[in-house]
Amino acid sequence: MSERRTTNVEVRLPSRMGFEKVAMSTAASVAKLMGFRDDRVEDLKTAVAEACINAIEHGNRLNEKLSVGVILSAGEDSLEVKVIDDGKGMMNHPSKPDIDRKMHGQEDPRGMGMFLIQALVDEAEWVAGTNGKSSYVRLVIRLDKDAG
Amino acid sequence: MQSETKSRVDQITSPAGHPVTVLRFEGDIASTSKEAVLGTYQALPKATNKLILLDFTKVDYINSSGIALVIQLLIEASNSGQKVYAFGLSPHFVKVFTMVGITKYAGLFPGQAEAMAAL
Repeated sequence: MSERRTTNVEVRLPSRMGFEKVAMSTAASVAKLMGFRDDRVEDLKTAVAEACINAIEHGNRLNEKLSVGVILSAGEDSLEVKVIDDGKGMMNHPSKPDIDRKMHGQEDPRGMGMFLIQALVDEAEWVAGTNGKSSYVRLVIRLDKDAG
Repeated sequence: MQSETKSRVDQITSPAGHPVTVLRFEGDIASTSKEAVLGTYQALPKATNKLILLDFTKVDYINSSGIALVIQLLIEASNSGQKVYAFGLSPHFVKVFTMVGITKYAGLFPGQAEAMAAL
């Protein structure tokens, strides 16, 4: 039986817009070290940024006394990212934005973050904390060794 | 923390002879970019600026709030009878703009020359 190794990197962000870029850059660095293709690194950057924005804005409600935890777990063939906040968790499921409805004022122009996260990574799940806190989104992106 | 969005307006003429207003953005396009994106667009007279070209060449980071500002610009342009095109997006953001449906309302081009040739 082969031993599976996982390397963890942790980042703690203040709940202030803009700091999602710190997690984004860290995730990109780890993904590049693991050998992910440039296009997959870009997908991951957007997914991680959107997850952190949701945590800052909706989870921690921009309360700068609270921080957002980002745990990157690099395995042999995949990278898992957990973004943890002190909110109650996302209640609604990601839905595909309807550009026609947005253009006609029937849908908020915003609200695309969860859709982008789910569309850009291989796995995405939103987990509500059991105590109404410490909710997280878990993202997984897999190394595709066969792709050019 | 977010890099300030700068914007500039250029007036140029397409090879076909149409006046084109180019909005050139620089920096991040995020929730803090409302004035740079919507404010700059809204300051243009609607009657004389019928073709709007958005230049993202110097933009590195666009998040969902930034995309929402672009959609708000498209809504206002559509209501004013203006046509909007864009160029200079990285392949990743071309993919993202396509995923959210923006390409249905704004033609995307690799660079300014390709956009101008089509206008």
